[in-house]
Amino acid sequence: MTINRALPRTADNLLLTGAGTGTRVQLQSIVKSFGGTRVLHGVDLDVAPGEFVSLLGPSGCGKTTALRVLAGLETADSGSVMLGGRDVSRVPTNKRDIGMVFQSYSLFPHLRVLENTAFGLRRRGVARAAAAARAAAALELVGLANLADRFPHQLSGGQQQRVALARALVTEPRVLLLDEPLSALDAKVRVQLRDEIRRLQLRLGITTVFVTHDQEEALAVSDRIAVMDSGRIEQIGTPEDLYLRPQTPAVAAFVGLSSALPGLATGSSVTVWGTRLPIQGDPAEGPVEALVRPENVRVAPDTSSASDAGVSAQVEESTFLGSFRRTVLRTTDGIMVHAQHSAEERLEYGQRVRVRLVPAPVTVRRV
Amino acid sequence: MNRLTPSPLTRAIVGIVVGAFFAIPLVSTLIYTLRMPDGSLSWSRWTGLFDPHTVAALKPLWTGLGNSLVLCVVTVAIVLLLLAPTMVLVALRFARLRRAFEFAVLLPISIPAIVLVVGLAPIYQQIGRLFGTGAWTLAFAYGITVLPFAYRAIQASIDAVDLRTLAEAARSLGAGWTAVIVRVLAPNLRQGLLAASLISIAVVLGEFTIASLLNRQVFQTAMVVVQKQDPYTPAIFTLLALVLAFTLLLLIGRAARGTRKARP
Repeated sequence: MTINRALPRTADNLLLTGAGTGTRVQLQSIVKSFGGTRVLHGVDLDVAPGEFVSLLGPSGCGKTTALRVLAGLETADSGSVMLGGRDVSRVPTNKRDIGMVFQSYSLFPHLRVLENTAFGLRRRGVARAAAAARAAAALELVGLANLADRFPHQLSGGQQQRVALARALVTEPRVLLLDEPLSALDAKVRVQLRDEIRRLQLRLGITTVFVTHDQEEALAVSDRIAVMDSGRIEQIGTPEDLYLRPQTPAVAAFVGLSSALPGLATGSSVTVWGTRLPIQGDPAEGPVEALVRPENVRVAPDTSSASDAGVSAQVEESTFLGSFRRTVLRTTDGIMVHAQHSAEERLEYGQRVRVRLVPAPVTVRRV
Repeated sequence: MNRLTPSPLTRAIVGIVVGAFFAIPLVSTLIYTLRMPDGSLSWSRWTGLFDPHTVAALKPLWTGLGNSLVLCVVTVAIVLLLLAPTMVLVALRFARLRRAFEFAVLLPISIPAIVLVVGLAPIYQQIGRLFGTGAWTLAFAYGITVLPFAYRAIQASIDAVDLRTLAEAARSLGAGWTAVIVRVLAPNLRQGLLAASLISIAVVLGEFTIASLLNRQVFQTAMVVVQKQDPYTPAIFTLLALVLAFTLLLLIGRAARGTRKARP
């Protein structure tokens, strides 16, 4: 890609030439086994140019393997990987024109920060001086221009991952792959870098696939999230979609907090503790578990009038979280319920309360 | 002060004892070569080495030394170009083979050289037919005897870095396998490769049994031959060989430090 000479050579302009020309990324029926164990059962994923898609799921769900297949670090048993409409399944990693940030620190220990950042450019035959200039610009973009002469071991974990990000972006790759790049960092740095990655991604318009097991991370930065479980994509949608309209119990259980409450389903609704709740997804019959979000649980002081809807419960734990409070309740049947309510409603440990549900749509699973 | 840190006095004593342990044999050898029958000290035996009269008598030594240096080069080449890449491959691709590989590689240490020769003799008949009977062919045998030492040195370096992630990061940045090995892995295994090379040189320069039994003329066998006529000359050569080894160590060490400032 040529540098637009008309633009002043600022950090942004050096990299922004790629903006808006993101590449479409597709995985088509990817199957992958490791020694007899199938870890991906036909994964399909279609990422639009410039889109930020997260692969979210518990450890061992196959999300990292899917990303590695996309990068060419693993070869799929069947299925194909398409970049910009071209089948790259047989193209080796180094010819795929990708940028990747790894979970473990991956900077080359023997090279200074600037040399690390320029590595990809040098491999593409960019002359030393030009590569150094573009590397410096990329470091400026992640706010580390002043550390260009350091060696990786002289940087903090967050700084190392920032350099890794600059190193991955400097070659203006067609797709940015992030393999849990934040999981080794402490909470505060993690949030900062997460937001920074998203800002950069939006600014550069680069197609990005982000692997994480942290739902909060995925919800915060993604255009769309693919929730994976046992080697399959359970559901793919916007963060709002997944949270409000989970299609499967696994998604409901993994995205956001929910309590599994016993109920009786009759077609498109389920009755839990005397409240009829509409069922989201496929209709069901008979005993089921309804996955209820904490904000749809109401807590009131126990007035002991048996005619009230709901059940009585005892406060197990109540956590102040700023603008709201989250409380764990144990019903007389021993079922745990998460409730979210205003911070003013203080509940004491052991207090007896009445729990009621708001008739909002729920996802159900068979028991 | 940390109670585990030795006091300056203890450190000085330890330093002197260890230093003496290495220095006494060397200094004694040096004095031995300098002392004349009348008790005076003179460099005449050293300068005598370059005397046209003695040069002829020393011919086997020079030949042996030359052969040994060639063997050093070939053996180090085997270590760096065959063993090291194989170890990297095992670490990156065939992790399951590691134990079996380690066992095979450490095996030569448990086999006495004299036993090894019994097996090597018929093989060397074949090698003789294929490559001739040049002394350099001994490097095939030396390549095996240095395996355990070189393996340990290199493996320590491999264990110290996350080879897989480094290789994958380099590949994702567009590096082909050659660039991965030359630009990323080798510099990070530098210390291990250096140690393996030096230890290989030391083993090759000190090897006697195999060379002697296979009738090849190397430094050590020549020393034995020359010693029968003149006990002083081998002592001088031993000292020279040690100086050579130390110089080599310093040179390679410096060269390796130089590559640390590699440019992007």
